[in-house]
Amino acid sequence: MAPMKVYGWAVSPWMARVLLCLEETGAEYEFVSMSRSGGDHRRPEHLARNPFGEIPVLEDGDLTLYQSRAIARYVLRKYKPELLGLGEDGSLEKSAMVDVWLDVEAHQHEAAVKPIVLHCIVNKYVGQDRDQGLVDESIQKLEKLFEVYEARLSGSRYLAGDRISLADLSHFSFMRYFMATEYAGVIDAYPHVKAWWEALLARPSVKKVMAGMPPDFGLGRGNRP
Amino acid sequence: MSPVKVFGSAPFTNVARVLLCLEEVGAEYEIVDVDFHAREHKGPDHLARNPFGQVPAFQDGDLMLVESRAICRYILRKHRSTDQANLLREGNPEESAVVDAWLYVEALQYDPAVHAVFVQHSVVPALGGEPDERVIAESVAQLKETLAVYEARLGTRSYLAGDEVSLADLSHFPYTRYFMEMPYAAAVFGAYPRVTAWWERLLCRPSVRKVASMMGRDSG
Repeated sequence: MAPMKVYGWAVSPWMARVLLCLEETGAEYEFVSMSRSGGDHRRPEHLARNPFGEIPVLEDGDLTLYQSRAIARYVLRKYKPELLGLGEDGSLEKSAMVDVWLDVEAHQHEAAVKPIVLHCIVNKYVGQDRDQGLVDESIQKLEKLFEVYEARLSGSRYLAGDRISLADLSHFSFMRYFMATEYAGVIDAYPHVKAWWEALLARPSVKKVMAGMPPDFGLGRGNRP
Repeated sequence: MSPVKVFGSAPFTNVARVLLCLEEVGAEYEIVDVDFHAREHKGPDHLARNPFGQVPAFQDGDLMLVESRAICRYILRKHRSTDQANLLREGNPEESAVVDAWLYVEALQYDPAVHAVFVQHSVVPALGGEPDERVIAESVAQLKETLAVYEARLGTRSYLAGDEVSLADLSHFPYTRYFMEMPYAAAVFGAYPRVTAWWERLLCRPSVRKVASMMGRDSG
């Protein structure tokens, strides 16, 4: 059976989400590197894989899949269902809590962090101004969110329970870039969130994926993805 | 077995999404209103259920859940009775992955664009403000682009994730229902006959009819 293929560029937080899951499972995969600046994702051969013209894309046999969290769920369901609250040790309640916190990450965390990362890291390299008002607003949203996370993580080792799950792992890629901005100190007011983040950083899978994610997305050294 | 509780009222799209799933599986449920005008959603009782101060919250015995699509997954997983009544396509890894993909397309691409139009068209004027026409135009353009992909996809299958309806399709219902009442709907959906037919198939479902009536005539 041919190994799974994953298409994209390693600096992408969405790609990194998928790579992290693959590394967590130890499953065999082939990374097909694409060029963002070269417009590979807009070419017909990629549009045939993903009509939205985005990465990452996973190919596994006849299945072609997009949306990073859908790919993450598929890989984990197949190779490490306990990270979804499923499998032998799983339960309806456990999997529901993973789903809850994964949706919090998708709809609330990424929404708060993405503008900060875009305006504080990317924009200067692409000739765009920083919208400080938007950054300030996003920091406020993130702080409110971290208040909830702090309360949660004060009673639970990880977001969905005492075992690590996709809900935690899914936060890594955008947090990696947020923590490279001047606002990293925001996390200091939330000691349980900080400890949770440091626990993620200590994972071998996270270290491996992070090695492909320079804090400036590679833009500073002319290594445009 | 006591009925489950849904905190929040039907006109809220995220609440309607949960009600749709409860109706699809025929579960007994109770709606507990949360008074937005009185800011009850930010009060201590509701924050104890949903610490993000949002609706819905969902209670099944000791379990309290938030985030509408996570709640939907729980309901559909708990009540899955047959292979036909399998709105998550669970048991088939490839099919369920495709349902997931299109549920994320709905949540992260379709819904935010419709929401942006809804806020400018319905919410801002109700609060005494002027709609931002640029935001509306951008969001409508984005919707058209997204639906062009749907149109192509629905050429080879009846529903977004395959030939059977799934949560991915149903999840589109609440905000689309409001969008269809807006002047932009004709220009957007008019260009896409297959998407329009897909929408009309959804409207035929008893669960959809029931929740549509619960959402009321006015988009509030």
